[in-house]
Amino acid sequence: MSTEDTGHGGRPGFDTPAGAVAGQEHRTAAEALADEQPLEGLPNLAQTPSQTVGPFFGYALPFAGGAELVPAGRPDAVVLHGIVLDGAGDPVPDALLELWQPDAAGVLPHVAGSRRRSLGRFTGFGRTGTEADGEYAFTTLLPGAVGDGPRWALVTVFARGLSHHLFTRAYFVADGEPDPSDALLDRVGARSRTLLARQDGPGSYRFDVRLQGDGETVFLDYREAPAR
Amino acid sequence: MTDPQQRPVAIPPGEEPQAALSTEIAAVHEGAAGRTARHALRDFPPYRSSVLRHPTHELVTVDPEEIELVSPAFGHVDVDPYESDLTIQHAGEPLGSRIVVEGRVVDGEGRPVAGQLLEVWQANASGRYAHKRDQHPAPLDPNFTGVGRTLTGPDGSYRFVTVKPGPYPWRNHRNAWRPAHIHFSLFGTAFVQRLVTQMYFPGDPLFALDPIYQSIPGQAARDRLVARYDHDLTVPEWALGYRWDIVLTGATATWREDEHGEH
Ligand SMILES: [Fe+2]
Repeated sequence: MSTEDTGHGGRPGFDTPAGAVAGQEHRTAAEALADEQPLEGLPNLAQTPSQTVGPFFGYALPFAGGAELVPAGRPDAVVLHGIVLDGAGDPVPDALLELWQPDAAGVLPHVAGSRRRSLGRFTGFGRTGTEADGEYAFTTLLPGAVGDGPRWALVTVFARGLSHHLFTRAYFVADGEPDPSDALLDRVGARSRTLLARQDGPGSYRFDVRLQGDGETVFLDYREAPAR
Repeated sequence: MTDPQQRPVAIPPGEEPQAALSTEIAAVHEGAAGRTARHALRDFPPYRSSVLRHPTHELVTVDPEEIELVSPAFGHVDVDPYESDLTIQHAGEPLGSRIVVEGRVVDGEGRPVAGQLLEVWQANASGRYAHKRDQHPAPLDPNFTGVGRTLTGPDGSYRFVTVKPGPYPWRNHRNAWRPAHIHFSLFGTAFVQRLVTQMYFPGDPLFALDPIYQSIPGQAARDRLVARYDHDLTVPEWALGYRWDIVLTGATATWREDEHGEH
């Protein structure tokens, strides 16, 4: 164990304060991992940090049919669409959005094939880049509620200039339906409108993402919870 | 200052010298000292593209729900085994130094993240992406696309064969160059473990100068992105070996606070 990671009274997995290691030679990921100590018999390893997706993911991450979680012709298909805007209100033409949601019955699928549409399975996962005008569109199913809460889908935003992706939730609100309510929506007050995917036509819901500024979308942090 | 000779000359965006950028980077790091970061800072002005693309509201902390605690499923229907070898996708062999990159993907308790999708993309050996928007005047390699995929094994292990990517210039500031890197995209067992990041090579002289690498405060955290040269992974007469292990915890907050006040 090198000395620079020992100032935490045995609390493992903590990084060194930045100032404490000035001039230190770079260590490798493996060496940094080896510095972590077990906590009650389990290693408590430190997160591998994020880096921006950069500008050149477009030929690597999108896949055929990524925006169509279900075929557009399906009678129960809905469109979730919107625009991604930056802090100047300009469209973001090089964002990547991922959608992750339950099926119409509120069941989270667990079937392989999440990036192979030809199998005709609903896997709950979609991925698409924004167009030159910042617009995106998914064709999907209206997510069912999981448990008692309102129905929503998890939206993840990646972009050049965004050093760490952003999570948000799109709560679907059909015409004539009362605005949903849950712990998150209640907590953020007026900003909850940024989380609503409102119906804007037959089978169509609009969800804009504002990365910064007026009407900035509510983005989420998660408390650590054990993975299943 | 009243003497006009002393006023700083306005430098057009993109033309700031490296020394000015390095000073900005040091100032942000100074401000972060004493706190511990898990991730890159979204608000990191030396990375110019971040200025209008980071939220200014504090993120809202929630307990993850069912949707956020599971991940999409991928399998052999999604990925062909040959996609983990980036050197066999064309008629001929790509130029450059052939390498093997191997490691394990684990959660914060060291449990393997098994059977999950891992995607990579990278520049060729000359530092050029096979992407239409990459304008770097370095040669494309007709035998290298630079895109790979694999599924992690039962023990969380992965392995790619590729060529070492070249560093490349970008227009963040004057004479800005990215250290050689491979982009990685990973899914954990929970969606909140989702990670997109970059793997670097040991000893790169560009580390200190790069606002993207330096967008992570804390040397220990930055070190976690650097692969280790591993001679045991090196294949005689064929390829150099690098090892890079990846940890996906469930928490997404940038800062990791010390609840016990031990700092
Ligand atoms: Fe890159």
